[in-house]
Amino acid sequence: MLSSEEIARIADEITSLFEMRKTAPSNEPAQAAYHAAGRENQPAAKSEGGSILQQKEEEKKQLEQVAGSIPEADTEPDRRQPLLTDPADPDALRRMMSKTTARIGVSHAGPRLKTQTMLKLRMDHAAARDAVMMDVSEALIDRLGLLFTKTRCEDKNTYLTRPDLGRDFDDETRKLISESCKHDVDVQLIVSDGLSSSAIEANAERILPVITEGLKERGISVGTPIFVKYGRVAAQDRISELLNATIVCSLIGERPGLATAESMSAYISYKATVGMPEARRTVVSNIHKDGVPAVEAGAYIVDLLALILEKKASGVELQK
Amino acid sequence: MEQSRMLSVGIDIGTSTTSVIFSHLFVENTAGYFSVPAVRIIDKKVFYRSPVYTTPLLDASLIDGKALAKIIESEYAGAGVAFSEVQTGAVIITGESARKENARMILEEMSGFAGDFVVSTAGPDLESVIAGQGSGAQRYSEENSAVVANLDIGGGTTNIVIFDSGEIVAKGCLDIGGRQVTLSDDGQVTYVSPSAEKIAAFFHIPIEVGAYASEEALDRLCDAMSAILEEIIGIGDRSALADAVRTKGSTDLALPAGRPVRHIFFSGGVAKCIYSPEHDRHAYGDIGVILAEAIRRSRFFTTYHVVQAEETIRATVIGAGTYTTSVSGSTITYREGLFPMKNVPVLALTEREESALWNGDAAFLEEKVRWFLKQNDSTQMVLAIKGRSDPDYTDLKRLAYDLATAMDRVLDPSVPLIVIVREDIAKALGQILRQILGGRRAVIAVDEIRVEQNNFVDFGNPIMNGLVIPVVVKTLIFG
Repeated sequence: MLSSEEIARIADEITSLFEMRKTAPSNEPAQAAYHAAGRENQPAAKSEGGSILQQKEEEKKQLEQVAGSIPEADTEPDRRQPLLTDPADPDALRRMMSKTTARIGVSHAGPRLKTQTMLKLRMDHAAARDAVMMDVSEALIDRLGLLFTKTRCEDKNTYLTRPDLGRDFDDETRKLISESCKHDVDVQLIVSDGLSSSAIEANAERILPVITEGLKERGISVGTPIFVKYGRVAAQDRISELLNATIVCSLIGERPGLATAESMSAYISYKATVGMPEARRTVVSNIHKDGVPAVEAGAYIVDLLALILEKKASGVELQK
Repeated sequence: MEQSRMLSVGIDIGTSTTSVIFSHLFVENTAGYFSVPAVRIIDKKVFYRSPVYTTPLLDASLIDGKALAKIIESEYAGAGVAFSEVQTGAVIITGESARKENARMILEEMSGFAGDFVVSTAGPDLESVIAGQGSGAQRYSEENSAVVANLDIGGGTTNIVIFDSGEIVAKGCLDIGGRQVTLSDDGQVTYVSPSAEKIAAFFHIPIEVGAYASEEALDRLCDAMSAILEEIIGIGDRSALADAVRTKGSTDLALPAGRPVRHIFFSGGVAKCIYSPEHDRHAYGDIGVILAEAIRRSRFFTTYHVVQAEETIRATVIGAGTYTTSVSGSTITYREGLFPMKNVPVLALTEREESALWNGDAAFLEEKVRWFLKQNDSTQMVLAIKGRSDPDYTDLKRLAYDLATAMDRVLDPSVPLIVIVREDIAKALGQILRQILGGRRAVIAVDEIRVEQNNFVDFGNPIMNGLVIPVVVKTLIFG
């Protein structure tokens, strides 16, 4: 171990060495860079070891900045900004780009995509993968006051490879649902991760209160809302049977794409039974910030649920 | 796919001509089977066009209301349309007629006997836009991503609109037209308008009521008129004369920076003679044909690409009949039995006021609403906000609460709370408002409609099984 005096001495030595280097004529480029960084009038370094190291660190940073090896800011590139240089009609290009989420106006480097496009593509792909593989946070499930349940799937891998297990619950869970939830309600609401947990994180908190309060205003009874982990749409059929709900409505994350990973759908069935045809479900899709906003979809679903209750039918039957 | 159609009428009463058209607006739910509905007007078909009548006048300044009513009545009969069938449309009094003291009276007479449909009147600016829509200029601009000017040259005025990629970027109106000077059969000048007088005086052109004007003098006058129109569109610098002949109540047309006009459409009565020259220079007892000739030899044809308009003399009436009606967004809130509603004034919040509102500061609102109602001498109003594209539920609820509280204090209990939002959130907002007001006041919340401060809105009866409401937004009501 060095004594504090020794540290101070070494620090002084470093300082003087540094001062020498700073004024040495042989070191012009570094000096120029130093000056460019606007530090030439800085008072001489203090003698404490800590501040020397700190200053050296700062020095390095400034040199790097001058050399351009530190990015200005770590922000996401603007997707609407065309990468194409010198387009014949820049305004027309911008307008076209505003009308699609497709990657147009991105130019190219030789036969390949530009780095920025490539990175954005990989980023979106990663977001899509994350949406599938991530779990909905417990904090959100708590905040929304949902009853936590899980299908017969033990993990994501089973969920992805065994759709049949994602539609049903083991005996213990069935018992939990039956015992913890209100029976014989008009509308049973279900929130489920499906293929995108991100969709639930982004939309559930906005849509659920709109639906619940909207139904309350119309005097339609709502059951204990349930969260289904590793859930497929048809898990609602089992819940419907367990609780004898007139209508089940599942808010579920849709398979993510490269345009958005946050798209959610509502699947609504009147008197759902296990094994019933898919044609009996009414679907409201494309609920996300660039599609139908969650609050607006919620208000629409309230009207739809009231209509289904009145017509006693959902899916194709309702369209007749 | 679910479809329905609306029968729409357009009636244009201009300075010199009057015409009527009937059209079908086809409305369809364009969203897929699994989506929230998205109702749009997908097609417009004009199925009846009246002849172009000379607007009946009692004297130089008074429109003959009775004769006019007879013309329109006979056109309904000719088209086989009963008054009660008409669902929407617009009566538009354009050009100098609109200034005449009886315009208001006539407009009321028209709306009275034309059934329960939505009636609209145009200020010079709106008229410019409508003509540009009816002529096909807007569609051309949109389809070609181009900057297009439409000049609707009628009897009293030239209405100018500039579109960039279908968006309106500039509009204006000048007192230049075919009937600015009228002539008797033997060439005696019978009328010179104030604006024509100004132009003649500026260039020392000898034109006087009662005297015979030389062909040379008429050519010079029309060349001068054409030159003013050129200046407005951007050829050469603008002279003081262009401002002097600007129509009262119209906007000073400001050329869009950076994207100059490339294509020109002409519509209106004079345009007919521009596209297909008339050989009799004095054909209509005015300077219309001469003005058309002047424009044909002007720099319009050498500097720009002049496009053949789809409609010339009927551009305004077709625009009025087919473009003034739009449909609301498909997820909205309303109470049945309130429609149709007419002439509801719009209070549009500024960006700053709206952001204050979203931040929970609604202190200003009550005062502002009170002031607005007083200004407009109205009991009802539309509150227009932009909204947010994907709002948080709690934010939206707080905003709804503040709106409901402020408006509830000011509005008479019988008056509905009407909100127009630009973003697609009206159903959610309306639902929350309804919950807060608990049935003591009707709520109408409509979205995806663009309105501005001092617009007036007409709401028609809901269509498509009540999914959407036809809406007409207009700028001016006589008064």
